[in-house]
Amino acid sequence: MLHIKCPHCGLRSQNEFSYGGDATVKRPELNKEVSDQDWDNFVYLRKSPRGKHLELWQHISGCRQWLKVERDTLTHEIFKTLKANEEI
Amino acid sequence: MQKYSVFSLIKNAFKGHKDWEVAWKDPTPKAEYDVVIIGGGGHGLATAYYLAKVHNVTNVAIIEKGWIGGGNVGRNTTIVRSNYMHDENGLFSEFGMDLWRSMSQELNFNVMFSPRGIINLAHSDAQMNVYSRRGNSMKLNGIDAVLLGREEVRKLIPMADFSDNVRFPIFGGLMQPSAGTARHDGVAWGYARQADSMGVDIIQHCEVTGFDVDNGKIKGIQTTRGNIKAKKVGLCVAGSTNILAEMLNMRLPVETHLLQACVSEPIKPILDHVVTFGAGHFYVSQSDKGEMVMGGDLDGYNSYAQRGNLPTLQHVLTEGIAMLPFLSKLKMLRTWGGIMDMSMDGSPIIDKTHIEGLYLNCGWCYGGFKATPASGWTFAHTIAKDRPHKLNEGYSLNRFSTGHLIDEKGLGTKTWIS
Repeated sequence: MLHIKCPHCGLRSQNEFSYGGDATVKRPELNKEVSDQDWDNFVYLRKSPRGKHLELWQHISGCRQWLKVERDTLTHEIFKTLKANEEI
Repeated sequence: MQKYSVFSLIKNAFKGHKDWEVAWKDPTPKAEYDVVIIGGGGHGLATAYYLAKVHNVTNVAIIEKGWIGGGNVGRNTTIVRSNYMHDENGLFSEFGMDLWRSMSQELNFNVMFSPRGIINLAHSDAQMNVYSRRGNSMKLNGIDAVLLGREEVRKLIPMADFSDNVRFPIFGGLMQPSAGTARHDGVAWGYARQADSMGVDIIQHCEVTGFDVDNGKIKGIQTTRGNIKAKKVGLCVAGSTNILAEMLNMRLPVETHLLQACVSEPIKPILDHVVTFGAGHFYVSQSDKGEMVMGGDLDGYNSYAQRGNLPTLQHVLTEGIAMLPFLSKLKMLRTWGGIMDMSMDGSPIIDKTHIEGLYLNCGWCYGGFKATPASGWTFAHTIAKDRPHKLNEGYSLNRFSTGHLIDEKGLGTKTWIS
């Protein structure tokens, strides 16, 4: 069981959260020309590292806020938890 | 190579089983190969076998960081099927079904292929409509499909929950009678033994640490057992695809996720088919030893751990008990996990890459085991001829940019959502 420290609610167990994927992916800016490559990078292409991974989770059965979690994908150790709008 | 038969078994029994040849050798890597396959799982071993057998390319090495068959080919729930709606998946998998049917004879190794049929249960009228459509699409591609009503399902799976007061009542199901199971370790060992006998070097405990690429062309690989030159290199590493892609500065439409499976204690024969729950994600069959072999959803977050967490297992087994209530009486014998190469449309990739001489086989999601022979066959063709076969043309790497996705489940890019 993962234990995620929600910045709003404190330490809670994994089943209160839902996963939102890689948090380093940035949507191309609105109202600007977007190349096919940029769109591919955003929609499909992922680094999926073995090791530290910055990812989005939502505290769906709690405060419903989105958050960023820095977690090791091999050991499942969680290093840091941030509000969604905070930078690491 | 020594042929396995009842006669060789009797002969060796009289000699106290001391004269059996080794099934495959343990060679030291040569300096150079025509083709190097990275990954000694089912797909890599099958690729090497068909390279030698069909294309007469025998100066081949398989590089495996652990031991052959120690990854997903030894961790899956052994289901073999071709019940797909889309042409690309259906034709590819049905070609594989023919290879499955003759595999034990072809490899002279009993892979215990058991075409016991798979039944996908439906729990609403809408789901019956969807299954009817999928069944018709399957039939158009020459795949056997039978739409079952509630009473027909009851005859086949009488121990399923047919009571009135259930959250997901059984409306019927879609059955592929020719689908079934096979002994997964046997598949890996059978391909390994035959590939070895045709001159393929199976090099275990050898990890790839880098690639030599010159001017957009592959020249060789670096490993923990030295550098190996190669004219062509094929990647067949499932959940480790992203790790190798990073060494090549490639970003792929693939994420690595964790999938668990489990077996119960062995019980007397009770379930004749492979059965899946239609209101969630749960599949079960009974092994020859009597264990109930079960699996379901991914853990749902990126992971390379090869071991799972309990919440997902509890979720999956809750679905199992909703479908087959007797499962709640069983003790769990063993649970384990493997890491899946989840592609962004749920379908695999078997293609060339932008690097000349480098070929990619990945993105198998939940369905790698049953694809083993067809994947090996088409990947060997793609490597030997330097172009995809008609069967794997649709499994291209660039389909994500061109929009020719094969989204069998209609899940979109987040294939890890359950």
